[in-house]
Amino acid sequence: MPILEGTKVCKNFGGLAAVSEVDFCLNQGEILGLIGPNGAGKTTLFNLISGALVTRAGEIKFKNKTISKMKPFQICRHGIARTFQSVKIFPDMTVLEHLLLSAIFGSAGRIPTREAKREALNLLEFVGLKGLENVPARDLNLVRQKRLEVARALASRPEVLLLDELMAGLNPAEVAEAMELVKKIRDSGITIIMIEHVMKAIMGICDRIIVLHHGEKIAEGTPQEIASSKTVIEVYLGE
Amino acid sequence: MSVSDIKTGFSYKKLIVPAVLGLILVLLATLPVYTPSYTVVLMITILMYIILTVSWALFSGPTGYVSLAPSAFFGVGMYTAAILGKELHLAGMVIAGGLFSFVLALIIGAITLRLRGIYFAMFTFGLVVLIQQILLWWEITFTHTRGRFVIPVDNTTIYYIMLAIFVTLTLTVIFIRRSKYGLALQSIGQDEEAAAHSGVNVTLVKVFTFAISALFMGAVGAIVATRWTYIDPYIAFNPTFSFFPVLMSIFGGMGQLYGPYLGAAIFAYLEELLITNFEYYYMLIFGIIMVITIVFLPSGIVGLIQRWRMMKWWKGGLAKDDANT
Amino acid sequence: MLVTILDILVAGLLLGGIYALIAMGLSLQYGVARVFNVAHGEFIMIGAMVTWTFYTIVGINPLLSAVISGPVIFVIGFFLYHTLFRYLRTKSITHAAFESNSMLAAFGLLFIIQNIALIIPRWGSEIRGYTYLASPVNIGGAIFAANRLVTLLVAVVIGLAFYLFLMRTRMGKAIRAAAQDAITARLMGININLVLALCFGLGALMAGLAGVLISMCYPVHATMGLEYTIIAIIVIVLGGLGNIPGSFLGGFILGLVGSVVTYFEPGLALVAYYLIFMLLLILRPAGIIGK
Repeated sequence: MPILEGTKVCKNFGGLAAVSEVDFCLNQGEILGLIGPNGAGKTTLFNLISGALVTRAGEIKFKNKTISKMKPFQICRHGIARTFQSVKIFPDMTVLEHLLLSAIFGSAGRIPTREAKREALNLLEFVGLKGLENVPARDLNLVRQKRLEVARALASRPEVLLLDELMAGLNPAEVAEAMELVKKIRDSGITIIMIEHVMKAIMGICDRIIVLHHGEKIAEGTPQEIASSKTVIEVYLGE
Repeated sequence: MSVSDIKTGFSYKKLIVPAVLGLILVLLATLPVYTPSYTVVLMITILMYIILTVSWALFSGPTGYVSLAPSAFFGVGMYTAAILGKELHLAGMVIAGGLFSFVLALIIGAITLRLRGIYFAMFTFGLVVLIQQILLWWEITFTHTRGRFVIPVDNTTIYYIMLAIFVTLTLTVIFIRRSKYGLALQSIGQDEEAAAHSGVNVTLVKVFTFAISALFMGAVGAIVATRWTYIDPYIAFNPTFSFFPVLMSIFGGMGQLYGPYLGAAIFAYLEELLITNFEYYYMLIFGIIMVITIVFLPSGIVGLIQRWRMMKWWKGGLAKDDANT
Repeated sequence: MLVTILDILVAGLLLGGIYALIAMGLSLQYGVARVFNVAHGEFIMIGAMVTWTFYTIVGINPLLSAVISGPVIFVIGFFLYHTLFRYLRTKSITHAAFESNSMLAAFGLLFIIQNIALIIPRWGSEIRGYTYLASPVNIGGAIFAANRLVTLLVAVVIGLAFYLFLMRTRMGKAIRAAAQDAITARLMGININLVLALCFGLGALMAGLAGVLISMCYPVHATMGLEYTIIAIIVIVLGGLGNIPGSFLGGFILGLVGSVVTYFEPGLALVAYYLIFMLLLILRPAGIIGK
């Protein structure tokens, strides 16, 4: 049974079909890539999964439970966390406070503050932000802010993590580091969907890839299958 | 251990502030004993403004949702005192005033706080006039009287009840600020969508906090009514009382806990000075101060002090960063 | 019976004309210049009180004095945006911060303007009024004062004129572009600061003109503005934020509602408007969807 699945998911904005009858499924422990040209509907799909937007039609199930109608905070507590395309941090809150917030409010159960702090510090080390717990988020550079977003998402103890363009704006060395981080996260037992434009990352770490174009799923398969797919190449070269 | 304790750890320095506050509290509690009655009356006015201002800042400060309705809740409290004053014991009346405002705020919050902040501001802006008109119509249609009388209470009792509300409010504010709810409120103000995705039930937190702030405004309204003794829809629901908390909070600065207290104390005192001789002029001056503050001093006095401390820190070189308060 | 319905209908249109005007004004200020001007009603008050002053003290008739007071109010509005709000715009890091700051600054302005009016020697806090064009006119059996019909006529004319201005002229197109997307508009060569200041000034002008018309029909006083601001707010929500033609129509709708309610229960008009407001917020038509 897939940990997350969507059936004929639809979303419209006015007359525009942003996501059109998309089926997808995510198997436990895999890293699923979500690619497509700009405006293909990738972030919209994330928004539908995380509850930021409401589906017009179709169903999304998490561990066989329908989550399509739930609010973002409920979905977070059920175990799906995400990062955002343009980094959304709390500028005046410290790094530690970001994680505490997520740990206290985003986890399924109640966590005593002391334990939350311990876990938070471990997480900071895990993502490479050790020692920065008292820095206000606005004082971090972009790379670190992205790491903070990931750490904040992880602090809510998710089973599924949605990463929206984690590699955007990173230089090749930083991309490699990020790829390592993603693999580490998966190895710790979390299933991942990642939206990416950086092909090296997608081809390098994804187990499977879904391709969206104009809101529709046009291809699905392993990296090799996708790389050699005529449809996909046309779509990308045609852009 | 509270959330904010986790950051700074424990030290004896942290006992200084509570000790000073405790001393102030003792001084305030014994005030009527050693000061003339004029001072008690002045303190009643100052406490009233502080309570209104701090309650307003409790919600509108961290979340950024500007409520333009303090006067509505204040007025509800006053009318509670007028209507229920004979039935209820004084303390009960104050609590009732608070509760009615609490419920009203829950309803308003449930309607408007799911939407963009501008709708909240718009809706709360008109509330004062709306309730005023409802009451006017009611009084003309049903009771055939304009205004009501409230049973007067002696100043010392009023003072102690104000003080009690003030202390309760301060404890509530401190508790919220240092607890996980304070963190949640901050996160809502800084990025509501991210807060929601971090597991915060943003609507619930907003509505509940808004209602708590209204509760105190209603409670203080109830006791102030016993001072003013005659109230009617225009007196009880006066837009000026929506303006004061906003002005005082912004002038004082909402970055730190003491900002609204400072702003309220300053303006309350100013108002007492000016009101007798310069009735409309002082409001004009306050309006001008509001605009000047927004333009030149948006972080208020608190912001000014923080900038001064930062400059000192820089000039002091390697001074430890204890601005982490 | 028919006369009564006609009565209510025409009264509604008269009221609606004023509402349409003030709503368009606020829509220009909030929808385009992005300033939630809670002091909008104070400009209405200025228009009304100045007209009263000109008529009772100098003897100039309202429609004529509007030619003088109108442009002055426009300039005041233009100047206010050009100095205060433009500065706030540059200082505010996010758009949300600008919305908040400009609203608060307008809040301060409200009290500044209102209290100046309360201080001005001849004005003060009393209710003032004058009669002009009060002669009755008969329409199908229902009697209306001429000044109210003139009010309706002027409001409709201004509304239509402005609509044509928006749709047909270059400046109107620039305004619509700025309302949609200020950044792109600037990139396309539109002098955005000029356009926004113009819109704010035009909004103030409409408020002032509404004040002139109101003063012809109703009593006026220094604190009359607040209620009109609230009504304007409800109308622009009804019409859709940023939708200027929508606020024109919405004004008439609300005017009719007000007329009907006043017929049955005078004094509850604002309550009825607020109920509509609440329903709008609960049902969330386009443009109100959450943050």
